[in-house]
Amino acid sequence: MSLLAALSADADLYVAQNVFFAVIAAAMIFSAVRVVTTGNVVHAALWLVVVLAGVAAQFILLGSEFVAVTQVLVYIGAVVVLFLFGVMLTRASLGDDESVGDEKRGMAAVVGVLLFAVMAIALIDSFEDGRLVIENPQSVNAVSDAIFSQYIVAFEAVSVLLLAALIGAIVVARKD
Amino acid sequence: MSSTQVFAELAYWQQTGIRVGAALAAVLLVAGALVYMHLFKAVSFMQSRLGPMEAGPYGSLQLLAEVGKHIQKEDIFPTKADRFVFGAAPFVVLASTFLLVVVVPAGPDAWFIDSELGIYLGLAVSSVSVLGILMAGWGSSNKYSLLGGLRATGQLIAYELPLILAVVGVVIQAGTMNMADIVYAQANGEIFGLGIVGNPYILTQGVAFVIFLIAMQAELAQAPFDMPVAESELVTGYMTEYSGMRFLLFFIGEFATAGVFAAVASVLFLGGWYVPGIDPTADVMNLLGPLVMLVKIVGLTFLVFWTRFTMPRFREDQLQRLAWKFLIPIALANIVVTGVLKVAF
Repeated sequence: MSLLAALSADADLYVAQNVFFAVIAAAMIFSAVRVVTTGNVVHAALWLVVVLAGVAAQFILLGSEFVAVTQVLVYIGAVVVLFLFGVMLTRASLGDDESVGDEKRGMAAVVGVLLFAVMAIALIDSFEDGRLVIENPQSVNAVSDAIFSQYIVAFEAVSVLLLAALIGAIVVARKD
Repeated sequence: MSSTQVFAELAYWQQTGIRVGAALAAVLLVAGALVYMHLFKAVSFMQSRLGPMEAGPYGSLQLLAEVGKHIQKEDIFPTKADRFVFGAAPFVVLASTFLLVVVVPAGPDAWFIDSELGIYLGLAVSSVSVLGILMAGWGSSNKYSLLGGLRATGQLIAYELPLILAVVGVVIQAGTMNMADIVYAQANGEIFGLGIVGNPYILTQGVAFVIFLIAMQAELAQAPFDMPVAESELVTGYMTEYSGMRFLLFFIGEFATAGVFAAVASVLFLGGWYVPGIDPTADVMNLLGPLVMLVKIVGLTFLVFWTRFTMPRFREDQLQRLAWKFLIPIALANIVVTGVLKVAF
């Protein structure tokens, strides 16, 4: 179905959501490009914060408040902060960092394109031309019910995996 | 016509405007009141001195004088500082505080947002302030600032866990994360069949309350947890290079965050705007509620500043040990016990 046909067929197109999606997506793309082009590691991490905040905003547009808040708590509040903490403990130089080299950019581009292809195919394959209903925001109760009934095995498996990673980190860090 | 009906007739943008204005007032007025009452007066009495007396009756206009002084000062950027990161850092810290106040309700209709995520949203946005502190520490291009920023980050990460785990006990007992519903759960609760004062969770979640207060003290970087700004070692830590307006923002942020965290604590543990004897859903609570909240905030922040001006400073290793080996295990045990009792009763 062409875009024009879609527009005329669906009177209930979410105009405001689409406009804001475009604005946020543009900001995210710009920030994502800056993450890999800026010469300073700390600046790259801060641009990454903008990208991740954009992801949270997109989740809110989709009516998934819980996922959006988790995105802020886990990625901005923990992952990027720990990343910055590590960078500042070790190589917190101001200005451009020469050791941020170009030699790995080709490989990174290949990985990026492959990742995009895999995710795009997975999304198109599972949703096809279905439409998301975003009038009913996802409730926390629904999310927790799904996690602790339908997806309980996956949830427990992830818990054990995280525990293993935690124990592994302690073993690596121990001196004796 | 009840106040609810009047409010409901306003357009969405008018309601939003009122709520944004109220949120700004809630943060700034409370912060100002705390600076005057606790920093200028209570501490002065503790240390046998008058505190400010010249500006206005009993020095009540001292606050305006201080703000005026800071606004006049030159906004200095260190030569080698990263100008954008350095300049933006205080705003990130303050933004996190303003986002945190949004989840606090002060009456049945006097809320800023009524989200079922409530306290979870609050904890998420409060964790963003770490980012601002790291930006300030690194952007200043000063080794004391950087050390202060790193110490602050290590401390905030360590104490965020007991803070969140203490809240989980309350959420389990209330059965909801919505802040207003947590207040109603306390107002309608009963202890051993007695419902005269409701069930403020300070009684049944006393352990969580103490852990929350200790972790809050550390999140605010107040003594005895003031290693990040330890003035005898680090000048003033990550704030060292700041002057004028930007220093003022950090200063306001410190007291505003104390007030907002106390507001969150009073909703979680002291029954929020509920006072025994008055129906918490009554219309009058929209006016009375903010005042009740203010009393509870002032009481809780008094504890914070009393401790701050009484206790000596923890060493960095003691500080980390307290969080990881003491508070977190107790908070986890509290969650287990609360969960078991929740199922049993």
